[in-house]
Order: sequence, then C-alpha cells, then structure tokens
Amino acid sequence: MIGLWHRSPAFRGWVLIAPTLLILTVMLVIPLGMLVAQSFWTQTGLTIDRTPGLQNYALLVAPEGAIYRTLLVKSLWISFASAFVVLLFAFPVAYFIAFHVKRSKLTWILLVTVPFWISYLLRIFSWKIVLGFGGALNSGLIYLGLIDAPIEALMYNQAAVILTLAHSWSAFAVLPIYVSLQKIEPQVLEAAFDLGDSALQRLRRVILPLAMPGLLAAFLLVFVPTMGDYITPSLVGGTDGVMVGNAIATLFGKQNDAPLGAALAVATMGAVAVLVGLILVAARASGLWRNRS
Amino acid sequence: MSGRSLSLYAVLYLVFIYAPILLLPVFSFNDNIFVTFPLKGFTTDWYAEMAANAPLGKALRSSLIIVGPVALISTSLGLMAALALGRSPIRFKAVIIGLLMLPLVVPTLVLGVSLLTLLRGVLGVQLSLATVAAGHVLLCLPYSVVILLARLDGFDRSLEEASLDLGQSAFATFRRITLPLMMPAIVASLLLCSVVSFDEFLLAFFLSGADATLPLYIWGSLRFPAKLPSTLALGTCLLVFSVCIVVLAEWVRRRGAPGSTAATGL
Repeated sequence: MIGLWHRSPAFRGWVLIAPTLLILTVMLVIPLGMLVAQSFWTQTGLTIDRTPGLQNYALLVAPEGAIYRTLLVKSLWISFASAFVVLLFAFPVAYFIAFHVKRSKLTWILLVTVPFWISYLLRIFSWKIVLGFGGALNSGLIYLGLIDAPIEALMYNQAAVILTLAHSWSAFAVLPIYVSLQKIEPQVLEAAFDLGDSALQRLRRVILPLAMPGLLAAFLLVFVPTMGDYITPSLVGGTDGVMVGNAIATLFGKQNDAPLGAALAVATMGAVAVLVGLILVAARASGLWRNRS
Repeated sequence: MSGRSLSLYAVLYLVFIYAPILLLPVFSFNDNIFVTFPLKGFTTDWYAEMAANAPLGKALRSSLIIVGPVALISTSLGLMAALALGRSPIRFKAVIIGLLMLPLVVPTLVLGVSLLTLLRGVLGVQLSLATVAAGHVLLCLPYSVVILLARLDGFDRSLEEASLDLGQSAFATFRRITLPLMMPAIVASLLLCSVVSFDEFLLAFFLSGADATLPLYIWGSLRFPAKLPSTLALGTCLLVFSVCIVVLAEWVRRRGAPGSTAATGL
C-alpha cells in the first residue's frame, strides 16, 4: 500500500478524495436515493407499508391531488418570476461594474457579494420588518403623510415572496453575468459602434447574446434553489404566497405522510429538471447559447 | 445607457440590497417595542435584554460548539479533495465536482427531510448538535472546495515540480511548498465555513435535537411580538459578525493572491 502511495499519483488522489466521497455518499446520495424509494411506499396510520407502488404519484395527478399541483405550478411561477426579476435588477449592475468601473472593481464586487453571506433567515426577517402591517414602510409612509392608513397588501402575498426572493438571491446573479460581460473584448464593442449601431442596438445585438451564458447561469442559479424554498413563503407568503416547500415540510411533519411528502419532493425536483432542460434546449436552438470554452 | 444613469442605478441597487438589512441595527437601538417610523429615541435596553436572556445564551453556546468542528472538518476534507481534483490524474473529476456542488442546487428543505429520514428512520440516530454539524459539513464542502481549488489553480505549479525534482518527497513538498501557498485560501475557507454554519437555519431546523442553535432561536422568537426588539438586537450582532468575518476572509484571500482579479468569493 505504502509503495503504491509513493508510486501512483492517481492512487494518492483517490485516497485524498475518499473521505469526501464517503461523506457525499452517506449524506447525499443515499438520503436522496432513500427519498426516491420512500416515495413509492405508503403511510398507513402510524406505520409505513414498504410495498413499492405508484399510489403517491397517482394521488398527485388525481383530482384529490389538485392542491399539490396548484402549489407546484404556483411555486414554478414564483421561482421563475423571482429569477427574472433578479436578472432585471442584476444585469445593469454587472454591466456597470464590467464596463464603467475602472479602478474599484473588486470593491464593487465585494459590495454586491457580501449580502450573500449574511444569514438567509435575517435577510428574510428584514423584509418582514419592511413590509409588515405595522412595519417600517407603512409607518414611514404614514409619517411622511403619503398614505393615511397602513397598506395591508404589502405582505402575505406572492408579490412579497417574489420581491423577497429576488432580494435574497440577487448576490448569486451579478457575478456570473459580470464574468461573461468581462470576457467581451472591447474591439467587438468598438466594431459595433463603428459599423453604426446605436447603444441600444449594440446592447441587443452584441452584448446580450455574448452575455447569454452568464445570464442563463444566473437565471438557473436563482430558479433552481428557490423552487424548494421554505423560509420565505413561511415568513412573508401568507396563504397566497405559500409554496410547495411548505407542503413538503407539512407532509413530513404535522401531516405525518412522509411517503407522499417524498413523492411531492421528487415531483418538484423532476419538474425543475425538466424545465431547466427545456430552457437549455430552447436557448441552444435559438442560437443564444453556445457551449464555448 | 449613459454612464451617469448607470452609476445612479448601481447606487440605488446597493440601497435596495442593503437598506432592508440595515433596518435591523437601526430599530435595535430604537426606544420602541414596535418597528415603526418615526424613530423614538436611542436605547441599548434591547441589548441588555438580549444579554440577560438565558435560552439565547444557551443557543449561542450550541452554535459556537459546532462552528469550530464544522469549519475544521469541512476545510480539511475540502483541502484533500482540492488536492486530488487539482493535482492528481484521477478519473471522473467532472462527476465528483458535480456531486460536490449538488448541495447548492438541491433545495435545503429536501436535503433536510432526506437526511432526517435516513438518520431517524433508518439508522435510528438520536438527533443532536452532532447531526446538525454533520449536515453543515455537507453544506460547507462546496464552498471550501471552490475556494481552495481556485487557489491551487492560481499559483505556479513549477514551484511544486522544482521541489520534487530537488528530491523532496510528495509529503515534504506538500508541507513546505503547497501548504504555505494555500494558507490564505485555507484561512478564508475556515472563516467562510464558520459563517455558513453559524447562520444556517433550515438543516438545523430538521436535524437538531433538544439543543437549539442561534438561527433556530431567532426563528422561534419571531412568533412573539414582545421579543421582537431583542431579536433585532441579536440579528444585529449576527449581522456584524458575518460581515466582519466575510470581509476578513476576502482580505486574507486577496492578500495571498497578488494581482489576482478572480472573484471566487461566492
């Protein structure tokens, strides 16, 4: 063994990565595999019947499962909208840092990424303070005399969830967009300008297509994880903004139907995977995204 | 888009990003049990209330107990994994990296319920701070590997080759060349893993036993309006802690990589 360690760099590599692979297997691959297995079981009262069957998935597509389908579609919409809002917010900032900031680029990048490391719970909690019925925004507007009574509609709805998610996840988006913009060579921009493109045409015909890998990465980095979000809908969602993650948590907890919860989790991740696949295929077909090295 | 309107937008963006978070410290010093404008007056009462809160102190201790082991284990594993991925001719690297990054993509909620099922349902493990720490290691690994691998790719490999050519063993080369060069990234990884573990809520929510961590304590106290001001004070402390550690980590990492413009802090 020791001889092999000294002779073979590949052996050394496998020994070095073995503990990590062990942890990933025990704590990631096996639990996720079990989640899938569990989704084929049945909860009967307090015991679980481990005879595999499709009854949980059957329930999800049956009329009684309408509530879960509604939640799934609503979550897809909320995540999609959040990711889109994030792109809208983040692109101009990435553009600004890439093309207009000259000396203090690193400071700007640090400024936009630091919030990423602030506790997720606190970031969402802060929106509860902003949007609450007796919260900062309402009381501030009343104090300024702009409104007479607090606006109830600020919190506990989908818009609040989308805004809060967009705020929490925008740190994820600026960086990949910035990196793809940074790769654009200045000569390309000059060429577009010399050939008579207006600033807007140049943005649409040159910059956006070249930045598409970054935009797509940013979109997916927000869209995929927010689908299963639990904290945001719990704190600012109310009944209108409830998402599929809440239902999964309830099924595993209070409702004590882990197999159905597992099936819903698998269905959610499946739906996300299919949508991501479709988005990538569409982007490739439209020529907006190419696999460039 | 003109430069001026873009800079204005960028500043507004920073306001949008930071303003809600900065309300925590603002209201934590406000002499009012409600979080409303106008501000009433300056007080440090909420911090005194926070300091006198026994369950909070216990939650703080729980969080501090796991932070060290989580950061150390994640960074050690991350360092070994980065060396294997960056310096060894092993196969399936893309698969391994994909697997390592999976905890960032799979919803934490799904990770939480899956791990809970495995630990409780199958292995019959008693939930405790140890199970929370194990979950946190899984979440910290991707960050640790990304930071360490970036540093490993960032310095000249011929330094290591020279050491090997001069007759040093692989281990001596690691200890005398690679490790010192990696040190800024190792420190950054330790710091950032501490922040991730200290702030993490959702996995702890599923994997903790009787002992609550600090984010769990915050979650619990959000239901009680009377506790709001002291929760704001606690949130402010966490905020200051996270920002200081992150800025420190960035500073260490960049100081170790002169001329590097690669921002892989995310």
